[in-house]
Amino acid sequence: MKRFTALIAQLEMSNKTNDKIAALVRYFEEAEDLDKPYVIAMFTGKRPRRPVSTSLIKEWATELSGVPAWLFAESYHSVGDLSETIALILPPPGRTTDLPLHQWIRALGDLNGQSDEVKKKFITDAWDSLDMQERFVFNKLISGNFRIGVSNKMLVNALAKQSHTESNKIMHSIMGKWKPDEISYQDLIGGAHVDTDRSWPYPFCLAYALDNEPESLGDVKDWQAEWKWDGIRGQIVKRGGELFIWSRGEELVTDQFPELHFLADELEDGTVLDGEILSVKDGKVQSFSVLQQRLNRKTISKGQLANAPVAFYGYDLLELKGMDQRGETLAIRRKQLTEVIKTIKTEGIVVISPTIEVGSWEALALLRADSRSNNSEGLMLKKLDSLYHSGRKRGDWWKWKINPYTVDTVMIYAQKGSGRRANFFTDYTFAVRDGDQLITIAKAYSGLSDQEIKEVDAFVKKNAIEKFGPVRTVKPELVFEIAFEGIAESKRHKAGLALRFPRIARWRKDKKAAEINTLEDLKQLLHSTL
Amino acid sequence: MALIRFTNKGIYCKQGDFYIDPWQPVKLAVTTHGHADHVKWGNQAYLCHELTKPILLQRLGPELHIQTLAYGEEITINGVSLSMFPAGHVIGSAQIRLEYKGEVTVVSGDYKVEYDGISTAFEPVKCHTFVSESTFGLPIYKWLPQQVIFDQINNWAHSNQEQQKTSVLIAYSLGKAQRLIKGLSEADRPIYVHSSIANLNDAFIQAGVALPETIRISPDIRKEELQKGIVIVPPALADGRWIKTLQQAATGVCSGWMQVRAGRRWRSADAGFALSDHADWPGLLSAIKATGAEKIFVTHGFTATFSKYLNEIGIQAEEVKTQYGTEDDETAISAPENPAIKEEAD
Repeated sequence: MKRFTALIAQLEMSNKTNDKIAALVRYFEEAEDLDKPYVIAMFTGKRPRRPVSTSLIKEWATELSGVPAWLFAESYHSVGDLSETIALILPPPGRTTDLPLHQWIRALGDLNGQSDEVKKKFITDAWDSLDMQERFVFNKLISGNFRIGVSNKMLVNALAKQSHTESNKIMHSIMGKWKPDEISYQDLIGGAHVDTDRSWPYPFCLAYALDNEPESLGDVKDWQAEWKWDGIRGQIVKRGGELFIWSRGEELVTDQFPELHFLADELEDGTVLDGEILSVKDGKVQSFSVLQQRLNRKTISKGQLANAPVAFYGYDLLELKGMDQRGETLAIRRKQLTEVIKTIKTEGIVVISPTIEVGSWEALALLRADSRSNNSEGLMLKKLDSLYHSGRKRGDWWKWKINPYTVDTVMIYAQKGSGRRANFFTDYTFAVRDGDQLITIAKAYSGLSDQEIKEVDAFVKKNAIEKFGPVRTVKPELVFEIAFEGIAESKRHKAGLALRFPRIARWRKDKKAAEINTLEDLKQLLHSTL
Repeated sequence: MALIRFTNKGIYCKQGDFYIDPWQPVKLAVTTHGHADHVKWGNQAYLCHELTKPILLQRLGPELHIQTLAYGEEITINGVSLSMFPAGHVIGSAQIRLEYKGEVTVVSGDYKVEYDGISTAFEPVKCHTFVSESTFGLPIYKWLPQQVIFDQINNWAHSNQEQQKTSVLIAYSLGKAQRLIKGLSEADRPIYVHSSIANLNDAFIQAGVALPETIRISPDIRKEELQKGIVIVPPALADGRWIKTLQQAATGVCSGWMQVRAGRRWRSADAGFALSDHADWPGLLSAIKATGAEKIFVTHGFTATFSKYLNEIGIQAEEVKTQYGTEDDETAISAPENPAIKEEAD
């Protein structure tokens, strides 16, 4: 437990990926073998059943700390994390213990089905035997929810480095089916429970943003134009009778998309497709927010399957009959891709991403301007004679995105952030003018630098008019330009409309509150997009 | 009638016609300690503890009219007898005790109850009315004994050295810096200090304070030498260019706010050490109870929360708006709550 607590402290101390990986490598060098599968399970979101409810934990902690419930709540608000609040607010421990991590986790698992008295005794005894840092980690073990900035990819890289194994193999084995109490660290890393020789994906070919006029690219006839879809870029790998779906972050996401599992039967072995996972209803690509309901879930309900059905829009073909095709030109790969997709019997789920045939850059620019109407983010331009490169290379592939919509608003409410930003007013609500009233249209928190956040924070502290719990009403003075991707009617919002992905584009220090946009401006935009 | 009033210039004693820690220029400023939020330039005369004098001369200039007192020494101003008692916050910090016709009020400024090895230890003073800070007035703030923190810092410095990193501690030049110098001097590692700290140290040494040896950072000190020691710089330099020129600097912030993970991450320091010159939650409560006061005025910090709690446990308390806690080290590092707004907002 002490070694794991030290790891958590190290991971939290650095923002640098290299430091984090180094800390993980050291941990997997030094930790007890029995602990390691549990740590991997935890960091990849394999959560054990929660043995004790949050409300009981809170109740016991409040009781032990001897502070009134409102003061516990105030403290929680200031800290921003319940596990941490409890660790800090409890009286100092009366004794020490050095139980290994896996024993703590197993003991917590054994609490399932026990009476509340048994649970309470176990938890409070544990609190009394752990120091502050360990308590925090222990509380996180109860919730099973560690959010400390370790992505699957980062963990896999560390494991690969520690065990001198290829990272894709490790990704495959840890994404496979295993239980931390049934597998040894060696077997897990070695992939004893899966066949890691088949799953590996190719590095994705990536594009740069077009920073010039498209005319600079030469003749439009040398280029393939297609929609830049806003979904999850993915690779579908079919080898040895097994199907694997990789996301661009090189995470194995096969389980998240059951609609695509039929490909295990309908794709030929030795086939790898590059494309976009999208939510598609009645042949129309849905916005990313629809697809989002489906992401990073352990289980997918029938309702989610019906609300956000998934399809795969193919961009490219990387492997055919077991042969690497990346050395062929795009024109040839595209032809092969068309053939492969034709062989798929189930129709309408895996389709080829359409290309756009026009005679001039101007015609293309006109179509691009209308990208939003089909929920795409703009266009992709790929040179017809280009090979499939590993990673980002200038010149052959370009993304030609549309600019976001913007609106000038004034900040009217501010609230403290959570986590890193718990002590600063970082979450803001913005309004536009509606006659002589101000009407709320968006809430946003990202997009400002730390320095700007400090400035706004100081403004809020000086100009708070009213206080509703954690929220402050502030003098409507600061003007922010809000960027957003779409606009929709909404009955839930007073304004009657809602912005999609609103974020702060910039702080318009040059503008006064009198110069902001009106609700009428936004309504006009809404009607123009319907 | 109350001995003190809270005015827009500061804490005012009408009977004695003087202010305590005023933030606007007045005739006589009685000064609790030398932090910038408690003492301003421009007062006609200052009255402070004898060890605060060198700080004021250093910081506000040599042309000041300063009268000093020793701890326990008493003078009478317009019939009000005034004396100073150690507040344990920084060197020279004093609680101001006022007595008039048997009525005793104590203004504590900033204080901490743990003895830090360098500032004279806090001494509770019996009174009828007590003015208390509440910088860390939440039950999540409970300090570990300072030796535990010094051990943490030494271990951290040791591991930095092994990784060929330079250990840079971020600490306010008045108070925290001297405390660190004293606490870390036992480890066999040279301590390098920024000139703003070195200047204050020189002033203290001249005034007769015993401080362990330190080395003033100058351009001719080689970066490799710094790497073998510990470097202490004030918060103003924390994000500056100078640190970036060091060989792989590892920065460690020393502040009570480092108790909370959000505070540590916000500072984006490599390490945070919860070492504070303010009283923690148990410290505030024990200090207040020890005064036996009937009435507590709660200034800068978690004023609303802390005074509500005091009232609930049967100690009459009222929150007061002041301008303290704005330029102090800990609040400068991360201010979670501004008492001023709570006042306006409620």
